[in-house]
Amino acid sequence: MMDRREPLHRIKSRRDSALSALVGGVPYLAWLGIRFDRRGDELTAILPYDEKLIGNPLLPALHGGVTAAFLETAAIIELAWTAMWEDMESGRTVPDAAMMISPPRLPKTIDITVDYLRSGLPRDAYARARVVRSGRRYASVQVEAWQDNRARLLAQATGHFLIPQG
Amino acid sequence: MTEDGKAMDSDQTRIAQQFIEAIPHARALGMRVDALGAGSATISMPWAEHLVGDPRSGVVHGGVVSALMDTCCGAAVMAHPSGPASTATIDLRIDYMRGATKGQRITARAECYHITRSVAFVRAVALDENTDNPVAAATGAFTVER
Repeated sequence: MMDRREPLHRIKSRRDSALSALVGGVPYLAWLGIRFDRRGDELTAILPYDEKLIGNPLLPALHGGVTAAFLETAAIIELAWTAMWEDMESGRTVPDAAMMISPPRLPKTIDITVDYLRSGLPRDAYARARVVRSGRRYASVQVEAWQDNRARLLAQATGHFLIPQG
Repeated sequence: MTEDGKAMDSDQTRIAQQFIEAIPHARALGMRVDALGAGSATISMPWAEHLVGDPRSGVVHGGVVSALMDTCCGAAVMAHPSGPASTATIDLRIDYMRGATKGQRITARAECYHITRSVAFVRAVALDENTDNPVAAATGAFTVER
């Protein structure tokens, strides 16, 4: 049951620590510099520009593999976050980064198809994912990435994921 | 293959290695060109702690495999005998069959199996040291600039 009178700082700290428990335990995300912005339950993945992300030094343009990694990460975190939300808000399970012995298990990618729509500029990139369908074992997730302009997509992807059991 | 053929082959591989090292992200991942043929490429990279996507098993993140496959596919297009001036990824699908074993080198092999004036079709496979059991497979379409 939602508690209407629950103090705001407690709600925010519960949600933020659950999110950092998902993201914080993955070395590769820290190496790429990926972080997440949260507004209520809406997540936006952020990839701050860095020289090591460049794939074409002449243009210059972001590496296609970086774009793929960014989309895949946004999809995985969104899926894990969506799955966790109900339990978290009803107070059943609250993963907490500070209390964590081992990080929560993340969904495993079965396949991902990335559609490259523009070459990536040497600037920050953003991504939002949407869980199209999530069953008990499999999920289908759609994800879009952009840079300066939300309507001008850098890339989009559809991925299928295996949901961790137990 | 003749001695001359071998010399030319290693020369081409050396040029490809320089090409790879000019790509900041490929350099950051420690990629190495192992072989280059007519429309084919083999590129490998070492396992590293900071590339791990699953701390429980030490398996590298799928994105690392994507970056290696994408680079290797692009190299296969560039190595096509029709001599494309440049290439970019249109789309890339990756199937992950299993996690790459912790501590083992990952090797991608790509083949440009068809090319038109403006599009190259490529498939690739990623392996760790257990070469009988692929880690991932990819298929993609790439632009061809003439």
